[in-house]
Amino acid sequence: MTSLPAVPTPKKLGLVIDLDVCVGCHACVISCKEWNTGGYGAALSDQDPYGPDVSGTFLNRIHSFEVLPVGAEKIGEAGDARIVHFPKSCLHCEDAPCVTVCPTGASYKRGEDGIVLVDEDMCIGCGLCAWACPYGAREMDLAAGVMKKCTLCVDRIYNETIDEIDRVPSCVRTCPANARHYGDLADPQSDVSKMVAARGGIDLMPEQGTKPVNKYLPPRPRTALADSAVPLAETSAGASGFFAWLDGVLERI
Amino acid sequence: MSSQHRVDLSRPVSDEVRKTTCYMCACRCGIDVHLKDGKVRYIEGNRDHPVNKGVLCAKGSAGIMQHYAPARLKAPMLRTGPRGSGEFKEISWDEALSLAVDWLGSVRSSDPKKLAFFTGRDQSQSLTGFWAQQFGTPNYAAHGGFCSVNMAAAGITTIGGAFWEFGQPDWDRTKLFVLFGVAEDHDSNPIKIGISKVKANGARFVSINPVRTGYSAVADNWIGIRPGTDGLLILSLVHELLKARRIDVDYLIRYSNAPWLVIDAPGTAEHGLFARDGEGRPLVFETVTERAVLAGSKGARPALHGRFTLPDGRSVRPSFELLAAEYLDPKYAPENVAAQTGLDAGTIRGLAAEIGRVAFEETIEIKQPWTDVNGQRHESFVGRPVSFHAMRGISAHSNGFQTARALHMLQVLIGAIDCPGGFRYEPPYPKPVEAHPRPHGKAEHFGSNQPLSGPHLGFPLGPEDLLVDEAGKPTRIDKAFSWDAPLSAHGLMHMVIANAHAGDPYPVDVLFLYMANMAWNSSMNTAGTIRMLEEKDEATGEYRIPKIIYSDAYSSEMVAYADLVLPDTTYLERHDCISLLDRPISEPDSVNDAIRWPVLAPDRDVRPFQTVLIDLGARLKLPGFVDHRGNALYADYADYIVRHERRPGIGPLAGFRSAQGDRAGRGAVNPTQIERYIENGSFFSAHIPSEALFFKHANQAYQDFAVKIGFFDKPQPVTFQLYSEILQKFRLSAEGVREPFAPQEHRARILASFTPLPAWYMPLEEAGVDRDEYPYHAITQRPMAMYHSWGSMNAWLRQIHTKNPLYVPGAICDAHGLRDGDWVWLISHHGRIKVEIARSNVINRDTMWTWNAIGKRGGAWALDPKSPEARKGFLLNHLIHELLPPKGDGMRWSNSDPITGQAAWYDLRVRIEKAEPGMVTEPHLPDQRRIAPAPDELRYGQEWSE
Amino acid sequence: MHPALSIIVFTTLSGMGYGLATLLGLGLFEPAALATKIGYLLALALIAGGLVSSTLHLGNPQRAWRALSQWKTSWLSREGVMAILTFLPLTVCAYASIFHDRHLVLAGVLAAGLSLVTVYCTAMIYGSLRTVQLWSQPLTPVTYLLFSLSSGATVGTLLAVTGASRPWLLAVLAVLSTVAAWMVKRRWRADGKALPPLTTPETATGLGFIGRVRLFERPHINDNYLTREMGFQVARKHADKLFGIAILLGGFVPVVLLVVAALAANAMGPGLTAFLAAFLAVLAHYAGVFVERWLFFAEARHAVMNYYGR
Repeated sequence: MTSLPAVPTPKKLGLVIDLDVCVGCHACVISCKEWNTGGYGAALSDQDPYGPDVSGTFLNRIHSFEVLPVGAEKIGEAGDARIVHFPKSCLHCEDAPCVTVCPTGASYKRGEDGIVLVDEDMCIGCGLCAWACPYGAREMDLAAGVMKKCTLCVDRIYNETIDEIDRVPSCVRTCPANARHYGDLADPQSDVSKMVAARGGIDLMPEQGTKPVNKYLPPRPRTALADSAVPLAETSAGASGFFAWLDGVLERI
Repeated sequence: MSSQHRVDLSRPVSDEVRKTTCYMCACRCGIDVHLKDGKVRYIEGNRDHPVNKGVLCAKGSAGIMQHYAPARLKAPMLRTGPRGSGEFKEISWDEALSLAVDWLGSVRSSDPKKLAFFTGRDQSQSLTGFWAQQFGTPNYAAHGGFCSVNMAAAGITTIGGAFWEFGQPDWDRTKLFVLFGVAEDHDSNPIKIGISKVKANGARFVSINPVRTGYSAVADNWIGIRPGTDGLLILSLVHELLKARRIDVDYLIRYSNAPWLVIDAPGTAEHGLFARDGEGRPLVFETVTERAVLAGSKGARPALHGRFTLPDGRSVRPSFELLAAEYLDPKYAPENVAAQTGLDAGTIRGLAAEIGRVAFEETIEIKQPWTDVNGQRHESFVGRPVSFHAMRGISAHSNGFQTARALHMLQVLIGAIDCPGGFRYEPPYPKPVEAHPRPHGKAEHFGSNQPLSGPHLGFPLGPEDLLVDEAGKPTRIDKAFSWDAPLSAHGLMHMVIANAHAGDPYPVDVLFLYMANMAWNSSMNTAGTIRMLEEKDEATGEYRIPKIIYSDAYSSEMVAYADLVLPDTTYLERHDCISLLDRPISEPDSVNDAIRWPVLAPDRDVRPFQTVLIDLGARLKLPGFVDHRGNALYADYADYIVRHERRPGIGPLAGFRSAQGDRAGRGAVNPTQIERYIENGSFFSAHIPSEALFFKHANQAYQDFAVKIGFFDKPQPVTFQLYSEILQKFRLSAEGVREPFAPQEHRARILASFTPLPAWYMPLEEAGVDRDEYPYHAITQRPMAMYHSWGSMNAWLRQIHTKNPLYVPGAICDAHGLRDGDWVWLISHHGRIKVEIARSNVINRDTMWTWNAIGKRGGAWALDPKSPEARKGFLLNHLIHELLPPKGDGMRWSNSDPITGQAAWYDLRVRIEKAEPGMVTEPHLPDQRRIAPAPDELRYGQEWSE
Repeated sequence: MHPALSIIVFTTLSGMGYGLATLLGLGLFEPAALATKIGYLLALALIAGGLVSSTLHLGNPQRAWRALSQWKTSWLSREGVMAILTFLPLTVCAYASIFHDRHLVLAGVLAAGLSLVTVYCTAMIYGSLRTVQLWSQPLTPVTYLLFSLSSGATVGTLLAVTGASRPWLLAVLAVLSTVAAWMVKRRWRADGKALPPLTTPETATGLGFIGRVRLFERPHINDNYLTREMGFQVARKHADKLFGIAILLGGFVPVVLLVVAALAANAMGPGLTAFLAAFLAVLAHYAGVFVERWLFFAEARHAVMNYYGR
């Protein structure tokens, strides 16, 4: 059934992504691909893999944005103009529009933990759920003709055949910069919830009314180096003053 | 309601996990390779591994696609068409090896220097170097000459260690981390882990880089410096710190040559050298007893300034006086370097103030008693938590050696080397320059059918160690260790083809290359290099470089230029050792090494290059590869790894030595060593004792540990060489006052760059071209998801970087009327390229950049010739000459650092002109033959779908 | 949004079919006339053809039957259910007309109502997507209904001039609904363009507090499913020109031809002139609606493109 769970799910499993430390290395992108291409459902295919129009199915992609404060357009080195690397995958929304538009019941949100999944045996590949998602979290696999999306590695996080420490999504497991965190966002005492509270975690596109479970931690505020340029306590200029000071120090050693 | 949907939550991941070491870049992380039905199911980071601690980057995770890439070579090949045509016939290994033995054997008996053996992304340099030494050619090096030698040589000669992957910030404790341009594909996971710790700890992260991508993107402060001026910025910081008295005088006296006495006798052969006693030990001036005593004398209170007269009448001054006088000069004041560096004086002053404040006001202390090498006991490790890291951004300039030296000087001045929170050595470093070998390759070092008398590479301590003949001419093909590049500790691979083609200093007969894409992205002047490989001697009709043997696992651009191709395996099909004798993977707290082993069997007629090299060594009957009866000593590389001993008890691997496997470092051969490594996750790690963890350069416990584990046979403490006597010796030669005298044509160049105190000079290309004609800089950046040109044959990685635009600062776009997607000509003194641009605002205003090595030659790497890599991708290499613009002196001056020979990639100066829209970047070289057909679609792992 | 041919053909043809079915169901045609019988067959064929066409873009059309299950939440499912429900009374009506020359009022009204509901469902598939601001306007279903009726009435006029009904009645209906359709459509388009963007790169990334957000590098260089499916862009000037052509073809030309057809039929009775005029009116109307539907997709910007700099 594509109705959303009638009551809030007891758990809201999801990711917290720290934009302050993501260096845009694409580790999570490829780790996701390799885990999922042999895992849940159909393989993540690549068309024209060694040719001009190479393009494949990915469940997680990193965009890079340039952010320009007003007036910083041409400053380059001195301004706060910056690059922000921006990983993006399914946000497992509470009000997931991709679920309700599905005509077949293939798309669903799990009642127990809120994970949004596609039951590929039921998917007709109409693509409407991808249209309904504002985040671009769903991609049709062209070889299988079914919709693929982040499963939050549902086949890892509950997998009793792997070590407990590894029961986290593949992207979280691999992230070298520790920019990805996984946990229960319904539990205010969870590490991820505390992180969101402490850092002012945000929703993407709140205006779309999707109530995403995944949160993004915005870049931390920064202070300019020039602000540290306190006048030096200079006693005398030139080498002679310096050597006099040095003698004083040498006396004390 | 999910009850109607069935999800198998606990499906076993794989049938088996095999732990080995990644080779997708130079990082060498531990990986868990999951195998299912004999195929790779999943590769993840090994949680126990000291390098990556479980994480893994995009390249590592894409190992599946690397291993199964259609670009893999399949069998030995002999060239049948002209060079570059890609026309080959497959031959058997027996044929291939006999042919190689023919070629190599005749060179070895007639004139061994006619073999030039150079290796690229080689992680087995201790074997390849040993092989070349036993062969007897003086012409061997790896690729460090165009990679990192400035950093290595400056580091070793100054502090006995280096950045790159040989040391790292104390990530857990540092409070200010300053990063100069790094290669984001080197030591990458440790740096990413480290940056994340720095940020989590609330420390400040400052990035100094003309381009704000990658790590710089998350920096708290980005200093978009003009390329090639980092040295000036650093010296300005030094100026500010001296003015503010923010230096650690106690540290300088203890650990540096600041108090050593410099002889002041202009015009004599000893001017500027250190005053030494009869046994060559340096002297300091003791202020209480007012006499010169040996440096390091217990209880001495050495002077740091003043002029003294030694009993023999010579006038001397502590080197620190020269240092302070130099850098207190107002020419280094922030406002006086602002214009050159393109920075705001306030930013420079702010950075200096932060460095000073954190170093001296946020001092940290670890309560751990320790004893220094002078026998003095300390109650704790005191740390100045300012750390620096640097890589190619500094290294690949022609002033990079001095810039790296300046940075190490800054670290020493604030007392932040190998202290808590500062930069930390990774064993076997620190190691003083004197403990490294001298280079070998003079005429008397080699001869017909005999080994070279010592290792090829090392550190000259003065002009007397140069590899030149009596006329001062180079004896090596790359002119390493000659007056051209005296401290070229890694050789000059980038000059080999050009010099061999020019017959300068002599021609070669066989060029033997391993994993070095010299016909493409690993050469400056790519098109010119290709012409040199293709050009024939008109008289004989033979190629100017007659025979080329090349080994690689993949169909790179270089393969088409080889006469004989020896196909290598992938990294999952081979044995390897990440040895302490080579480029180690130690961490500051632990001594580590690792292996690779064949977690999959090759499905093609390929052999691991190292095994082939050992086989060739045996067939050539090289000493060290055959016993006294001429029988092969080693079955293969794995056998060599276990049984080869460099010194008694010291082999390629330090772990699990002795019959019981319980010895670390030194110990007898253990026949089951590889099995022990595999059981341990394919690595070995020995923790450094707690009292030995810091101040390793002067820590008695560490020195004892280093001897015990076999790094040295006796303690080798390091005294930081702020003032470099080695460089001063070259100056004296150039002044013509100390023998050996520098040849006339080299003197001005040496005097300009060989200053005993770190100095900044304008990069040579910038100084040699008209700055108004070529007003901008053009540089490359390493994408994190690619390793050099490796990655385009990887179906997953190539989707991230399928082509590369030229990123142009908004201000330059506006000045030239350029918009996103426009095409431009980018023009240097050497050539021009036509490329597509993209606007960006996070770049130094004078600098354009692009991703490195994305552009490919059509058909190479088994890609469709119409791929974006070949049609829209491009190399800056076409703009970079291997030589400097001619000065009219008839000399072929290499476009390299004059001290180390480091290729000066980043010195490139350009101008930009709007071009007609295009479809294909120019120059567009003819396509190469595609080695294998490739599938139209991949559905990797579909057989495992439910 | 990518203007997929199969979806354009589906929505326009089935729209025409439902429009015609509505008029048939309302009993505006003489059940015994041959043209009326053909009209029933045509309506059924258009609807069925449209449905078949809509399955062409499915990844797994063999499972299309599953799409009938989620009518509680999914407009696409509702559309499928309604389409099938519409078939029942419509087929009964067709049967009565073809074999018994009769019009069944109850079944007819039911068929007409269900036809309109089905078109409404089709429109709401698009109209319910917040991600495409242009589509989520309240007038979206109105435009779909009016275009459905007008194209049905235009075809109805063709049937009428060949004896199925009173030509002027159908022609007036067709002219009025056509004029109304294009007036509402113009309003819809102007309103859509005037809307301040609901989602921007700044809200999409949450980085607006730092400054203006601009794409620096896409995640992967080549196009992917998302950019192909939702990244279609048409130049504004080009779109305006096409919209003008659409109004000309689908509005002015058919209106003139419909008047000509009605006058000719009135003056001369059913004949070649009236038939030709009405036939050309149908063709022009369809061409105009086809262009309109192409623009409906091509001009629509999806929220996800805020991540792709489009």
